[in-house]
Amino acid sequence: MSNDFYTLKVNGENHQVLDAWTGESLLWVLRERLGFPGAKNACEEGECGSCSVRIDEEIVCSCLVLAGSAIDQEITTIEGLAPEGELGDVQQAFIEAGAVQCGFCTPGLLVTIDHLLEENQNPDDLTVREAISGNLCRCTGYGRILEAVQIAAASRRGENHE
Amino acid sequence: MSDLKTETPVSGPRIGESAPRPDGVPKVNGSFAFSSDLWHKNMLWGGTLRSPFPSARITRLDITEALLIDGVQAVLTHEDVPGQNLYGLEHADQPVMAEEIIRYEGEPVAIVAADHPEIVRRALNAIQVEYEEMAPLTDPELAEETDFIHPDGNLIRRINLRHGDQEVQGEIQVEGIYEVGMQDQAFLGPESGLAVPGEDGGVDLYISTQWLHADRSQVASCLGLEEERVRITLAGVGGAFGAREDLSLHVHLCMLAMRTNRAVKMIYSREESFHGHVHRHPAKMWYRHHADSKGNLLRVEAKVLLDGGAYASSSGAVIANATCFAAGPYRIPSADIEGVVVRTNNPPCGAMRGFGAVQTCVGHEAQMDKLARALNMDPVEIRIKNALKPGDKLLTGQTITGTAPVAEVIQTCAEHTSTCQESTDPMSLPGGAGRTADPEHISRGEAIAVGFKNLMFSEGFDDFSSALCQLENGVATITCACAEVGQGFVTLAQQITREILGVEEVILAPAATQTVGSAGSTSASRQTWMSGGAVQKACEEVRVKLLEKLAVEHQVDIDNLVLVDGQVTSLNEDFTISLEEATSEPLEARVEYRHAPTFPLDENGQGDAHVSFAFSAHKAVVDVDPELGLVKVVELITSQDVGRLLNPLQAVGQLEGGAAQGLGLAVMEEVLVTEGNIRNASFTDYLIPTALDMPPVEIAAIIEQPEPGAPFGAKGIGEPPSISSTAAVVAAIREATNLELPRVPVRFTDIVSVEED
Repeated sequence: MSNDFYTLKVNGENHQVLDAWTGESLLWVLRERLGFPGAKNACEEGECGSCSVRIDEEIVCSCLVLAGSAIDQEITTIEGLAPEGELGDVQQAFIEAGAVQCGFCTPGLLVTIDHLLEENQNPDDLTVREAISGNLCRCTGYGRILEAVQIAAASRRGENHE
Repeated sequence: MSDLKTETPVSGPRIGESAPRPDGVPKVNGSFAFSSDLWHKNMLWGGTLRSPFPSARITRLDITEALLIDGVQAVLTHEDVPGQNLYGLEHADQPVMAEEIIRYEGEPVAIVAADHPEIVRRALNAIQVEYEEMAPLTDPELAEETDFIHPDGNLIRRINLRHGDQEVQGEIQVEGIYEVGMQDQAFLGPESGLAVPGEDGGVDLYISTQWLHADRSQVASCLGLEEERVRITLAGVGGAFGAREDLSLHVHLCMLAMRTNRAVKMIYSREESFHGHVHRHPAKMWYRHHADSKGNLLRVEAKVLLDGGAYASSSGAVIANATCFAAGPYRIPSADIEGVVVRTNNPPCGAMRGFGAVQTCVGHEAQMDKLARALNMDPVEIRIKNALKPGDKLLTGQTITGTAPVAEVIQTCAEHTSTCQESTDPMSLPGGAGRTADPEHISRGEAIAVGFKNLMFSEGFDDFSSALCQLENGVATITCACAEVGQGFVTLAQQITREILGVEEVILAPAATQTVGSAGSTSASRQTWMSGGAVQKACEEVRVKLLEKLAVEHQVDIDNLVLVDGQVTSLNEDFTISLEEATSEPLEARVEYRHAPTFPLDENGQGDAHVSFAFSAHKAVVDVDPELGLVKVVELITSQDVGRLLNPLQAVGQLEGGAAQGLGLAVMEEVLVTEGNIRNASFTDYLIPTALDMPPVEIAAIIEQPEPGAPFGAKGIGEPPSISSTAAVVAAIREATNLELPRVPVRFTDIVSVEED
């Protein structure tokens, strides 16, 4: 422990991490120090994707990232996917398609899919399956999640045409 | 206290419609509070020290060094358990913490509360334990002839089911031995919770569970408290599938909170979770089926052996299911089935989706295929020929009085034509991302399987649910202790309430032990029927109270009053009043709901032990590279008996999700246990299906035949998708390879012939 602090930029805002042990994972710091519990802790060894967040242009398992290494980067969590009180297109599609059951995998999947659709607004089935293959879901068998991705992709294509 | 955002009011659809989940918005925006997200001012963190050995005697346990560590607030052992140091779902046979004897790897030995998880870890390392290792009993076939490893003995339950004429012999007989590996529920939200000491000397526990009130009675007994002083509230549950029916960290958390007089939070790691909950029983099964030359089933003989592991959990009920449903949904006049579940030093086993019927489905469906081959009959034809129908008797002698569309699920599933294409992209070939399979070598197989099980609790258990309905100012509030674990009961509760009371806004109060009676367990596909029934009954009583009051106050004919769209209207008189106005004074009803009584099995395993049954069929299409032993399931087709569909979208979610777990057991999921030690307690080594492993699930038919006695005619739908899917996948692999494959999961070494020197 020390009296130093470092700063993380999460969802567009700077947050000071005080008195932190430098070995802490980004997942821990987000959940327990900065009040972003949306990223989840299903395995904490980089297999399940429930802790997925975006760092700049990359989706990472925040459980495998040292929090201190994310300084000076843009971190986006589920809490930052849409403005407060609103839902983004992928979030809306998840509800509409029935892609949510227990919801534990949901935040990680949403961050991953939002990123996928930013890069590819017309992904085919196999592309989507590959993109989310690092996000385990135990409830849905993925069917409704794949449906939600296509709903959100269609909506995003529509927006671009406007 | 973190706010549990599970009571968002949503107006909208009634039963039969795809109402959206009331917890959908908080679950997609990250604000839904799972049990691992709870936080309390000044809280401590807890941790558990577990035995590294499956069988041992503790010769020394010294916590002195751990207590000296700065920031450690409590280190507790079995000596600190205030009440009975035993708990269990059916029999109290499992210690809160080991006293002297260790019976499985991972058995809790000591618990710690400290200021930070890192200090917890240091304290756990500083506890000194010396063990005298003993030879573990790991072979369930030797359990009954080995010295007792527990005062209750090594036999947990034996059922000898004998039905019909025992002298019958079939012209055609087929025989087989089958095995099912140990499956993990692998819910994503790890065991976690928060205990807060109460000012009355009691404790408040916020936790993920399937059955709040059964937890309470066990926790209170272990803590030596009256039940009223243990208050348990459901926190957000990240999946369950049976693994949360037993206690895990409940008593530990309460003990630490009461000792330190501070709130304590605990979260299991994934590795600890594999040791911290029960698994699906591994099974070894022998079958002999007898048929006449036309393919009519005459008799089945079977022995089913389940490995219960170190403690009983719900093993007694699991073996009852495995025995009663051992031969599948077929009409068979004669049977001799022995079901046995024993105690070993392997990890404890208990409830998992399908509960005994999954294992036997692997056996009886392989037998049906063998019989079809022996008779040169079509596998679909022989199944339909012998399919149970209403009025038929089960092997238990019980007559099916409800619906049983067995032939319908088989027929519709078999007739549904596969829409899947030949694989072209290397990513969709067997081996997937490894891109190793050679398209030239791939062999495709297709096969069907059918399965069934009971709904709700059986064998005379007093099975009930409770609900409270309050109607005030046109808003209904439902209080029910049904554990929402992801299945969508919260959605159904709102739909049912809207249906009966004609209200738009339905608030769901938190599920807790202190506000309402037991709802029973979220298991056995029972909550749609049981807690759905309780909510229906409570709403009906409020409706009647309201109409009686209005009839008197306004001198209108009660028989002509209807509640719809937030109004009470008379059908033949000029009378309309808004629900808001009519309920300015609150009305409420508190009810208990029970299903029709069941009865114990007699000494021959005969009796009306079950209430109702649900049936499903799966057809699987697989591609196999026989040279590499790689399997890709390319399509699953299913038909299911649902009674009546209450929420189509949620039903699809159950059918797809259950099939995924069945596929996992068929080709990839197994808790590997060597000499009592789990070798793959992680998601790196215990693989569950990803989006690349899971094919599309085509729903050929959802059979709606309203079930007599069921609220709205609806059957539970959660478990059947996990029952016939495994059997269908392995049968399809057999078709593709011409191998016997008597064991699931099918490993690549089962397909690739390994030549021995």
